[in-house]
Amino acid sequence: MTEKPKIAMYWCASCGGCEEAVVDLAEKILDVVGLVDIVFWPVAMDFKTEDVEKLPDGSITASLINGGVRVTEHKYMVEMLRRKSKIVIAYGACSSWGGVPALGNLYNTKELISRAYNEVSSLNNPEGASPQPSMDVDGTTLELPPLLPRLLPIDQVIDVDYYIPGCPPTADVTWNALKALLSGELPPKGSVIGASDKALCDQCPLNESKPDKVLIKDLKRPHQVIPDPAKCLLTQGLLCLGPATRGGCEALCVKARMPCTGCFGPLDRVTDYGAKAASFMASIIDLQDPEALEEVVDKLPDPVGTFYRYTLAASSLGGSVRGNKS
Amino acid sequence: MSESFEPKIVVFACNWCTYAALDLAGTSRIKYPPNFLVIKVMCSGRVDPQFVLEAFRNGADGVLVAGCHPGDCHYIEGNYKALRRITLMKRMLEKFGIEKERVRLEWISASEATRFAQIANEMVEQIKALGPLAPRLEVSA
Repeated sequence: MTEKPKIAMYWCASCGGCEEAVVDLAEKILDVVGLVDIVFWPVAMDFKTEDVEKLPDGSITASLINGGVRVTEHKYMVEMLRRKSKIVIAYGACSSWGGVPALGNLYNTKELISRAYNEVSSLNNPEGASPQPSMDVDGTTLELPPLLPRLLPIDQVIDVDYYIPGCPPTADVTWNALKALLSGELPPKGSVIGASDKALCDQCPLNESKPDKVLIKDLKRPHQVIPDPAKCLLTQGLLCLGPATRGGCEALCVKARMPCTGCFGPLDRVTDYGAKAASFMASIIDLQDPEALEEVVDKLPDPVGTFYRYTLAASSLGGSVRGNKS
Repeated sequence: MSESFEPKIVVFACNWCTYAALDLAGTSRIKYPPNFLVIKVMCSGRVDPQFVLEAFRNGADGVLVAGCHPGDCHYIEGNYKALRRITLMKRMLEKFGIEKERVRLEWISASEATRFAQIANEMVEQIKALGPLAPRLEVSA
């Protein structure tokens, strides 16, 4: 009997949703466990970092990494997993393009710490505590890994072979990707696996109601309107990013009458998802008067957060370019 | 800011109006500062916001998108699309820390060579005052 493929799963700057997504495979996870040896999965199994360090280089068949690289420890771990693995897969939006935590790239690390430990309105921090690089407790020195200047997608730190998109990837997408991985029928390096290569509209049940040319006069936010369940959300003024976003999720949000927020990221050949999504959205606003246009655009409270919700770290600018002026 | 800073400004000029105006500026010997790198596009509506960001990432200090006056677009409404895109784009760039003076959308018809020269002078002055952008693209801790 040949040896089973070895799989590692690791998390960096992520929320744990991607780990949950793997568990969402439900009974299929038993098939997965039967087909592979899991050699490292801190969230679910009791392997330590040193166990992985002891493995020979290239001995792990595939490492699935979720979360972006935010602190020095993440950098160490992804570099080590790269050495130990034949294939590295960025699993989920954060490791692929930064994800929601990358919105912090609009601020410098001092501002982030100050915001989180001094300014948040729900905060209870009377001592003004904030994270320190090291601290002595009962004669032992405890250390925290320092923040890097910015959060980086893992492919800005190590070589990445494949990407599985989503926040989090759905069970179907994960299953498709695992099947491709285990069968060895993999597309060229750098490809997105498990999802569609068409825009989300292609899978959307409301696509048939979409007119050839969508034009809107006004933008509405989801709490301001009860959408008609049979009509394309864009035509109802809701900012649905489906046309700019990779399909694969089977339009889960739209089926729940919520517009797509773009978690499956860009299609192939798009270099900057946020710019592309903003471009499409702006072009369907059917106004010619600059002032009227400003008024509609003003209704978007946070355009960068809206269009770059999952992809800021992988964008052309990567984050704030205020420099030292801050 | 050092006196020697000469901004690099990328111009996306539409084939039908603005590019012709630039030609006219040349044949009419109208002087304008040498800071401009001109890229001809068929229509200002062809200018994807990705191009603007790509220009900044590759060292531009400013970007000028210029096309036909409203109502004059060779493709009926391409310039309105440019207007919508650049309006939204500017909001986003400010959040990134790119000052709004660095991106400009102007309507310059084929006969308005002097208008181009005037805009060019203004833009160079404004961007000189803002200073170079490139060093700010390097992330500092």
